[in-house]
Formats: sequence, structure tokens, C-alpha cells
Amino acid sequence: MKPDVTKDAAALETSAEVAERAELEQHAVEPLRHLFEVSRRDLFKLLGSGLIVGYCVRKGLTQESGRAVNRENESNDLASWLHIGEDGKVTVFTGKVEMGQNIRTSLTQQVAEELSVPMSAITLVMGDTDLTPFDMGTFGSRTTPQMGTRLRTVSANARGLLVEMAAKRWNVDPATLSVKDGMVVSQKAGKRISYGELTHGQKLVMVPEADPEPESPAKWRIAGTPASKVDGKAFVTGAHQYTSDMSRPGMMHGKVFRPPAFNSKLTSVDTKKAEQMAGVTVVHDGDFIGVVAGDPGLAQKALALVEVQTQAPPQVNDAGLFDYLRKDVDTETRGGSGGRGGNNAGSVEAGMASAAKTLSQSYTAAYIQHAPLEPRAAAAEWQDGKLTVWTGTQRPFAVKEELAAAFHISQDHVRVIVPDTGSAYGGKHTGECAVEAARLAKGAGKPVKLVWTREEEFTWAYFRPAGVIDVKSGIAADGKLVAWEYHNYNSGPAAIDTPYNVPNKKVEFHPAKNPPLRQGSYRGLAATANHFARESHMDELAQLAGMDPLQFRLKNITDPRLRAVFEKAAERFGWGKQKATRQRGFGIAGGFEKNGYLATCAEIAVDARGQVRIVRVVESFDCGAVVNPNGLRNQIEGAIVQGLGGAMVEAIHFADGRVLNGRFRDYHVPRFRDLPKIEVELIDRKDVPPAGAGETPLMGLAPAVAGAIFSATGIRLRGLPLMAKPLELKG
Amino acid sequence: MANITLLINGSERKVEAADDEPLLSVLRNRLGMTGTKYGCGVGQCGACTVLLDGKAVRSCRLTAATVKGKVVTIEGLAAEGNLQPIQQAFLEEEAFQCGYCTSGMVMAAHGLLSAVPKPSDDDIFDHMNGNICRCGTYQRIMAAIHRAAEKGGRA
Repeated sequence: MKPDVTKDAAALETSAEVAERAELEQHAVEPLRHLFEVSRRDLFKLLGSGLIVGYCVRKGLTQESGRAVNRENESNDLASWLHIGEDGKVTVFTGKVEMGQNIRTSLTQQVAEELSVPMSAITLVMGDTDLTPFDMGTFGSRTTPQMGTRLRTVSANARGLLVEMAAKRWNVDPATLSVKDGMVVSQKAGKRISYGELTHGQKLVMVPEADPEPESPAKWRIAGTPASKVDGKAFVTGAHQYTSDMSRPGMMHGKVFRPPAFNSKLTSVDTKKAEQMAGVTVVHDGDFIGVVAGDPGLAQKALALVEVQTQAPPQVNDAGLFDYLRKDVDTETRGGSGGRGGNNAGSVEAGMASAAKTLSQSYTAAYIQHAPLEPRAAAAEWQDGKLTVWTGTQRPFAVKEELAAAFHISQDHVRVIVPDTGSAYGGKHTGECAVEAARLAKGAGKPVKLVWTREEEFTWAYFRPAGVIDVKSGIAADGKLVAWEYHNYNSGPAAIDTPYNVPNKKVEFHPAKNPPLRQGSYRGLAATANHFARESHMDELAQLAGMDPLQFRLKNITDPRLRAVFEKAAERFGWGKQKATRQRGFGIAGGFEKNGYLATCAEIAVDARGQVRIVRVVESFDCGAVVNPNGLRNQIEGAIVQGLGGAMVEAIHFADGRVLNGRFRDYHVPRFRDLPKIEVELIDRKDVPPAGAGETPLMGLAPAVAGAIFSATGIRLRGLPLMAKPLELKG
Repeated sequence: MANITLLINGSERKVEAADDEPLLSVLRNRLGMTGTKYGCGVGQCGACTVLLDGKAVRSCRLTAATVKGKVVTIEGLAAEGNLQPIQQAFLEEEAFQCGYCTSGMVMAAHGLLSAVPKPSDDDIFDHMNGNICRCGTYQRIMAAIHRAAEKGGRA
């Protein structure tokens, strides 16, 4: 594959990314695109002499042969990606952020591979808007396919230049040279020289205009192997500093007033008592009320003395949620006929009329919360009109824009730095905590850290959209799908289209006009709800056809990779070898999303009280060439456990604009006791470019479990979470 | 405010704190020991777990002024830079993703291994169920605990 890195981000979008972007639009965070301008002098100042390899993001620059090596004062439409120092140390700059998905390690592997240097020689500078090139954000499983490809290309460029430099120095043909362990080697002449020596005392800037072919995955020696987390030790010693651990000279702590209900109006505010407390500053600006003190405890006490009267309008409760979502369709701007991506074919009416059997069912998914263990946190500091904010966000450049807009300052006066973060799962796209901390810091005239409480995180962070999905379908007498009509209300368009063969289909997404809760991205987006609905429905059709759920699916699949994951998972699981009993059931589900294929088998146990336990999960996953099998397995195991929460019990309950279960005591997330035995079967396709894998492995669990419950009890559950209440077992 | 003397990681630490201030806050905000994490503040997630006289406790639920006994935090676990077997085992199993729960997990597991040198899966469920890993690395954490137990528990 020739990686196309000369076009801008929009041109790189696959259909999956189009869906991703649709999701972003849904919560109105469509990114602005701009070019980041870096001063190369600054980078040399920061890192010393050596070689900087940039990447030209100028629009209209097409692929041309050759490469240019320039001195310092070239055009500044350049984002710098890589620096090789005189000591041979490699520093890589990427706007992606690390939040547990382990890209610091997998990207390091890919640079090490292409440059042929030990991983220990490489440092990644990530998510710092002053130092790293612009990046839209870390979401959509795009780091591996996009950033990985880009860094491999940049590294391959650097390697090519270093070889050329050595060839010139030795006056030999570059084709006779190779690279190994940070050295250019001439086997023939018996010579070797380190990268550091080659660049010694120089300030070289390279702006490649052509992209060399990165090493084929089949030839990988460092990438493709199970690497350990590069900075793992910092986590087992407590040394790693998250945003919430930050300290700055003279730093104060903030707390922010939250009204008792969403959409509240403040009718009266009295901050006198809080202001009278020694060491406390009150910041009151419109509807924003916050306090700043030397320690969080004092800030909390001061906040408790702020007297506020509020008024909230009547609001939709979770009890009437799904009826509301069906009725509250935003027909003007999105969804409606055609929905997203033109997923229509043939005539559903004709298909239904020709069907031997038809089925119509509805499925639902509740609002859930990400509940990252590190809540939102930010440390903000103003200096000479310039604002620096450390915060755990997935979109540092978007947060920079948010801050610039909030304080009416130019973007070059804002710097956002993202320390490796205590997880996000799609829940940290936004900068509300950063803005609050910056407002408090401005008011106090001192650096301020703000760490949201668990209750704030459960209530004021955005939620994964709830949704209703209506499916109508028809099958022929031989079990082939002939009609498929699918309407998703509000949960989202990700993975909305069916991967099964069907000649007549209509697939539409209908976003709500006024969703009752603030909703946004979540790991995998609506792919979880859409897989739950589609795969549950496929199970029900299999039953209607009198076929085994696996055989029914295979009959309707052409894609060999989808077939392969189903067969692999079924084989490892022993699908069909054990008969379901009233106490034990088996289910299977799978699909395709973001260039990853998955199939999940689940075994469940049902007790006499109607409680269900997931006993064993086998998942087969194919995301192309595997960059780090260790990290990938960890991601898949984690996704299954996270999926288990939403599948079984997680649901936000709300009434009158209040979250009713905003604590870990009341909102059950998976714990040790919920853990099934998890087995992962990786399909490593060296012939296919690597895809991201942080999200898709989550999709199969809920429908597989629903199918397993049905196989044991005959009870078909069509709402997530499945175990909102115990099963009503008969006799 | 109260003047408190705490015995933390083998050192006597004198600190001024609010009368009702939790140990977690004193560690993090007054002593700069940020390895111990805030996750919920009400003892429902385990991120703030430390050892008190060898037993795993939630530092968010302890009022610092009332703490008597030896406190060990994640910063004090490795003796002279040598990782404890449980820390080594977490590394070898890579029993974390974002790492935010890891301090609490390691301290809770260390407490478990002190009491039960060769814990069963059920022992782990019983002892560790209060510690949340939202990234879902439980299977690896269990493997790490068994690995450390094999290697002689707390050494």
C-alpha cells in the first residue's frame, strides 16, 4: 500500500470515518482545520542540533518524486514530526494523546521499526499544542491507521536521508548501505556510523515531498512483536503524573457551583459568606460561580456557603425516554430519508412481499456514562496574557480553540498540554473543565487546579446517547435475507449498515432534536447499540428459519474476513458442542466496524433467582497487521469487560433534570466478581494495513450475551442493559 | 486546623491539616505524594488504597488526624528502588492500561498477599472487589497476583 499522507485529513476519510464525523456533528464539535506553524529555531533550541524531519501539510502539494533537504528558513507551513539528536536520541511529535490505549508504545514500535533504533532511544512528545503538529483528536480508532502510517513514513524518510548522508561521506552507492541499531552500515566497506555522528553540529531540516514505502508488515522485526508499555514502571511506582497530580508554583485549588438540575436558571446568588472566609476568592461571572482556596477542602467549605436559588424547567425522565426519542426526530437537519451514507438498495416493500417469513422488532439502549477513573481535571496558569492549561482531553487542539473563544484571546496565546490521562473512552472530547480552571485562575490571579468530583463526572460530563432501533426484515425459505429495514433513533450512525448480504434494504438514522441529556462520543459510538440490535435480530431470524445462529449468519455472509472471525471464534469456543440447559446458555455475535472484524461467543449461567453471570467469552478479532499483540490483547480484554457493563447493568437514571445514580455505589461498573474467563483469538493479517482496535472489540458482547440468555431460558431481551432486573423465570 | 504527625513510608511527617481532612487529601495536597489517587472520595472505587499497619485501607475514608500506625503508600512500597514482587508482577503481566487504578490495585494486592500468601481466585474476588479498573484489566491483575504469590508474595 502506498500511504497517502499528502492530502489533508478530510480526504483520508473512509466510510467508517464519515460515520465518525457524523457522530461528531451530532454533538456539535465539528473541528476547525488549520495549519500549525512551528518555529524550527525553537525546536533546535529545545532539543539541540541534529535532524528535524517535517511533514508538509500544504494543500495542493501533490506527490512529486525526490525529496528536499532545506536549511532553516524555509516556508513555515511545516509541522515537525521527528528530531534525531547528536546523541542519537529520537524525539517524535504527535498531537495524539495517551489515555491507556497504549499508543505511546505502539507508535514507538513503528518509529523504531522504520528507523532501526532501539525503542529506548525514542521519546514521544504527545498532545502539546505548542510542540506537536495539529491533530483533530484521539478518537475513532484512527491513531494506528493514520498516525502510525504517517510516523512510519516520516521515519522512513529520515532513514533514507541518513543513508544518503553516509553514502556521500563514504563516497559509495547508497543502495549498498543498510541501517541497524541507530547506525548506517556498509557491509562491503566494513564501516558503520551512528545517526548522531552523521548529524553532528548541523541543523538540518528535511521536508520530504515524496513518501517512501514503509517496511511491509511481513518484514517487521520490532513492530508486530508483543512490546511492553514503554513507561510501565511509572505506573507501578505511582511516579506518573496525571493532570490531577499536577502542581505549579503558587497553585490554588478550585471548586465550581453546580445547580441541582440541568437547564437551571439562577434566580439569586449570594456569595458574601464565602467571600468573607480567609484565603478564599469567589469568582462570579454570569452563571459561573466558583471558589478558589489553598486546598480543595477549604474550597469545598467555601462553596457550601455560596447561597444560590435556582429554577429548572420540566424535563424528560428516563421512564418515558424511548417514546420521546421516537417522536423527537430532527427531520430538518439530519437523518430522515437516506439517513447517513446512502445505505439503501432495491425495494424493501418488494423484498418483504417476496419473503417466506418476516419479523419486526424493536431494541433499546440506555444512556450510560464513561466514568473514567480519573475524572476531568485541569490546571490553568496565566502569564503575561498567555494561558497554559494542562488537562486530560482527547482533543487538545479543539480545547485550545474552546479556551481562545471563551476568553476572547487569539489561539497563539493558548497552550494546551495533555499529560498521559487516566482514561477517557470517548468521554473527554471537550474542554469544560479546562475553561472552568482557566476562569478560576484568571479570577484568582494565580494558577488553579480543578478536579471534578465523581458526582460531577457522572452528572455534568456528557453521556453516551440512548436510542431506539426498529428493525423489519424478511427471509426466503432457504434462510437468505431478502429485506432489511432499519431505523435508529438517536443512538447514532456508527456501524449502522448491515454486513450481511441483502438485496433490499433501507437503513436510516434519526437523531433527536432535543435529547434530554447532553450526549456525545463514547468508545465505539453507536456501533455497540447497532450491533446489539442487528445481531439480536439475526438471532431471532435464525430461530424463525429454524437454523443455528452461526449457520444462519454464515449463509448470509460473503466477506471472507467476517466469515473467518466467526469460524475462528466458534472453533475456539466449541460452538454447538454443548447443548444449552435452563442454567447454561451460549450465544454468538459479530460484525465489522472501523476496518476491524470481530466475532464474540459468550457462555452464561442463570441461577434460580433469575440472575445471570457471564462465565466465558471467546473473541476473535482481525484488524489487519497487528502492531503490538500484547497491547492489542489488553485492549480487547478491556473492551469486553467494559462492554459487559453496558450489556448487563449500566444505565443512567434521571428525573426532573437530575441524575439519580451518580455514584459507583448506585451505578454498577464491572468489578472483579463480574469477570468471565476471556480468551482472545487474534487473526494477524500481515497483508492488510493495520487498523485501530480500541473500540470495535466491544461490539459483540451484548448481543452474544442476549443470545446466550435466550438459548438457556427462551427469554429474548431487547433492551440494554439486559439485567436491569432479574429474569422472570417460569416454573 | 490540626497539627498532625504521621508515620508514612518509614518517615515521621509533621503536617498542618483541617480537623476533618481525609488522609488522601493530606497525602496528595499537603505532602505532594500524588501516587495515591482520588477516584470517588467515598470508598467506592479503591483508587486511594494505602496500607495502614499492613492492611489495605481507603485513605479517603480515614481522617488524617485520627490515623495512628504505619502508613505505606505506593511511593514507599519499593524498598531502596527494588520493586516488590507484586509491582514486578504487574509490570510483567502488564496489568494496567491507563494506570490510574494501579496504585490502589497494587496496594490492595500487597495487603492481600500479606494476609494470604497464596490466594485463590475467590480470595482475590473477596479482597479486591472494591477496587475498580475501568479499563477492565481484571484478568491480568488476577494473573499478576498469582504470579507474585508464586514468586514469594511480598518478599
